[in-house]
Amino acid sequence: MAFVPGKWSEDIHVRDFINKNYTPYDGDESFLAGPTQATLDLWDKILELRKKEKENGGVLDIDEHTISTITSHAPGYIDKDKEKIVGLQTDAPLKRAIMPFGGIRMVRSSLDAYAREMDPEVEHVFQYRKTHNDGVFDAYTPEMQRARHCGILTGLPDAYGRGRIIGDYRRIPLYGTAFLIAQKRKAKDQILSDVMDVETIQQREEISEQVKSLYELTKMAQSYGFDISRAARNFTEAVQWLYFGYLGVVKEQNGAAMSLGRVSTFLDIYAEEELKNGTMTESEIQEVVDHFIMKLRIVRFLRTPAYDELFSGDPTWITESIGGIGLDGRHMVTKMSYRFLHTLENIGSAPEPNMTILWSPNLPENFKKYCAKISINTSSIQYESDELMREKFGDDYAIACCVSAMRVGKQMQFFGARANLAKALLYSINGGRDEKTGDQVGPVRNPITSEYLDYDEVMARFDETCAWLSKLYINTLNVIHYMHDKYCYERLEMALHDEKIDRTMACGLSGLSVIADSLSAIKYAKVKPIRNEQGLAVDFEITGDYPQYGNDNPKVDRIAAEVVRKFMKHLSKHKCYRNARPTQSILTITSNVVYGKKTGSTPDGRKAGEPFAPGANPMHGRDRSGAVASMRSVANLQYDYSEDGISYTFSILPSTLGKTLEEQQVNLYNLLDGYFTDGGHHINVNVILRKTLLDAMDHPEKYPQLTIRVSGYAVNFTTLTHEQQLEVVRRTVHSKM
Amino acid sequence: MFSARSSYAEILRSVSAGAKRRGLSDEIFPHMRTSEEILRVMSIMTDSVKGYVHSIETLGAVDGPGLRFVVFLQGCPLRCKFCHNPDTWRFEGGEEVTVGEQVKQILRYRSYIKSGGVTISGGEPLRQAEFCLAMIRALHEEGIHVAIDTSGIYCEGVALQAAMEADLLLLDIKSFDADKAKALTGFSTDHAWRLLGEREAAGKTVWIRHVLVPGYTLIDKDAQGKIFEEEEAWKKANAELLEGIRRLKKYACVERIDLLPFHKMGEFKYEELHLPYELKETEEPDEKVIEWAEAAAR
Repeated sequence: MAFVPGKWSEDIHVRDFINKNYTPYDGDESFLAGPTQATLDLWDKILELRKKEKENGGVLDIDEHTISTITSHAPGYIDKDKEKIVGLQTDAPLKRAIMPFGGIRMVRSSLDAYAREMDPEVEHVFQYRKTHNDGVFDAYTPEMQRARHCGILTGLPDAYGRGRIIGDYRRIPLYGTAFLIAQKRKAKDQILSDVMDVETIQQREEISEQVKSLYELTKMAQSYGFDISRAARNFTEAVQWLYFGYLGVVKEQNGAAMSLGRVSTFLDIYAEEELKNGTMTESEIQEVVDHFIMKLRIVRFLRTPAYDELFSGDPTWITESIGGIGLDGRHMVTKMSYRFLHTLENIGSAPEPNMTILWSPNLPENFKKYCAKISINTSSIQYESDELMREKFGDDYAIACCVSAMRVGKQMQFFGARANLAKALLYSINGGRDEKTGDQVGPVRNPITSEYLDYDEVMARFDETCAWLSKLYINTLNVIHYMHDKYCYERLEMALHDEKIDRTMACGLSGLSVIADSLSAIKYAKVKPIRNEQGLAVDFEITGDYPQYGNDNPKVDRIAAEVVRKFMKHLSKHKCYRNARPTQSILTITSNVVYGKKTGSTPDGRKAGEPFAPGANPMHGRDRSGAVASMRSVANLQYDYSEDGISYTFSILPSTLGKTLEEQQVNLYNLLDGYFTDGGHHINVNVILRKTLLDAMDHPEKYPQLTIRVSGYAVNFTTLTHEQQLEVVRRTVHSKM
Repeated sequence: MFSARSSYAEILRSVSAGAKRRGLSDEIFPHMRTSEEILRVMSIMTDSVKGYVHSIETLGAVDGPGLRFVVFLQGCPLRCKFCHNPDTWRFEGGEEVTVGEQVKQILRYRSYIKSGGVTISGGEPLRQAEFCLAMIRALHEEGIHVAIDTSGIYCEGVALQAAMEADLLLLDIKSFDADKAKALTGFSTDHAWRLLGEREAAGKTVWIRHVLVPGYTLIDKDAQGKIFEEEEAWKKANAELLEGIRRLKKYACVERIDLLPFHKMGEFKYEELHLPYELKETEEPDEKVIEWAEAAAR
């Protein structure tokens, strides 16, 4: 293939390659091709297998005998003759492998849950081989254990793979593994210092591991009949090479989120060459893309049912970032951006890969419209502000998991789950004791004893609690990530990074809307704690109204922004493992329900056990001025103090978005333009149909602001009675209002 | 400060005080005897006009073109049996806001509504005509498109002025039969047709809205009480509706006719307000019949 040479020709510099060679596409979707017969046949097979998987309690099959590594399994196929892109995690589709290095305990309980026996040989190996999980618990302090137990620190990656690291999979097709190995060797030779300090030793050992992993990857590809030691020579090879890189990683690491990066525009360069040379048709190109995406959809990890319950399913967060604007001002939408989204039409909607549009009001109108159409038809894609992220991360960053931006191949994060700040607020009132158990978890303080809560007093105490919590939090993460590097190092992912890495310590907070509303209630209404015989405030009586987060009311929105800023300031004071820079996210994925369960009644009127709102969403039913007011409250939170992302989930009925599809498309992208112009960071867009409404009836907390317009007026779906909801459901069969 | 609820003397006093604050002579005011005259002066002091707002909807996507900020004003004299917002009927209540305050709030949403605008709905918004007119003028100064969603019941004086200055009129024609309109809403539709005539003469855009209520404005069942199977038979039974649509289509200013199927989403509000709900027995119209009606309206 004839590419424009540049810095990338001499050194590893993927961005330079993209920048010099890609072709922005301003046209519409009319060029796209439908699925081929082979694609449909393969997908049918997968659907059949998935059906069996579901009938089987969520897991189709497990290979409990083989410890998964890059080369552990013989090649596997769905239907060898029809697959344009090959490679499976094990020797059969949907068969799950065991990956014990994060924690052998997790493997035991997973096997147990699915009525499988632990293989004695595997058990034997782990008598001598320690795992990440064991290491962490050897080093945890009693205080860390208490904080973890009562749930003020939750979801910590101390028993499973931490994930959230994105290998630069594009390096494999662009350079081939031989060149990558040579570069790594050169780099290792340069890491020599007069004193062999911990840092130097660790880095030399890690690079050696990286080189080994690249050899193993080459071997794995060979078993499928491909030589990836050399660069890819055509489009199909480019996709196949890139996928092998990703496949190697998901054979080795069962990480919480295993994201793909930003590959579509890179791959488009190869596809454009094929089109230019007349060597492939659009349909052939789309077929390769469909087969690639299909493979991503069947990535599976063996996890416990409890883990799946926490995350409402079996997610892998294979996030692919699409679009954005280049630093030179050209947009980065290519035909491949369309082709990736088009898979949702060709082989139906799906949560994986987690397609993420890097939105800018300056994206081409045609593309915005197409994204809106895909959202309306599938509710499968999310949007994040390229405007905010480009400024901090340049134009070759990607999203890990849901909202975490990082420069591809140059930056990684230590995933830190989240602190439950709503609980921290209760600790501030209860003198450091847990409101559920009565245990002294935080430092001993006198509890607040006044009849009514005083805003200044509560704020001062809350600040103290946050100071304590942030230190404990960072220290806990330091233990976790030290051990993960030691026992469960991501060799292959890091082989696809530069040697000089920027690291962030990605903290998070949950319960933001609960805290904002609680503090607002204390400030603007009268809040009286109801104390039990132990003196713990277990409930609150509120007299009067107070401004609630989610209504674009600066009185309370300012409080929310201030809580975020202050907690970040506290986190920034502490020293992190490997000199990582602390950041935080406001993200709960779906665990807001579980956090709620673990948290007592709060001063905003939320009762013990009731769910939190997801991410940065307002509490459900409290945003009464329409969705845009709610978006404005969220956009008011500062990304500068929450650089790991601010998540917002938005659900709407198609008929509320406009009368015709054309109107809906235009309205949706104007909504996105407005939100991102206002400084919003992330938005999940659900354009909801009947089946979703049924789900909303059972889980109203997941749909905090599902609005239904009834010709001239709007009502919140979740505030309707059961009968009314049924009523709506009945009428949305044909999605007419 | 004054509003639609103020007496004429109060309005006069307030305007006079407002003029003084701005260093204008109040001598001109005694000569003004109609609210229209006052409004001429008032346009420079919109922040002193107050309205009573029932609620706002920051994401309006079906009340005029594009994304819209919708202001629902309190109070309506009509008593449409199918109304899903009976909580907006009363003339008392609502949040008191000045035009200045309301516009300021709307401007926060500029990046969202840039290709849409603002819709003033209700209740019957033109019951608060001064507020509507002042809002339209203030929003126009900001370059924002304004729609008024009205039954046309107020179509004189300031109300007419407001209805004519709006960029778009969303006009509810309640029924194409005078008697039925009265039975359904308490009022005839003469005023609505008059307002439509005014917009036509001025060449200003109108979107018609018409609720299809089975047994009132839509016949979806035959003499045997069965849903129509044949479009032709249905057409015969609905000559009045089809004639109404034909009549509307003759107006050059009518850009669009939205037929809204009757629904019962507002029923629970009647219970909350202890109001009788007279359409309890009325069923929501049949899908297929709605499609026939919509085809006729296109």
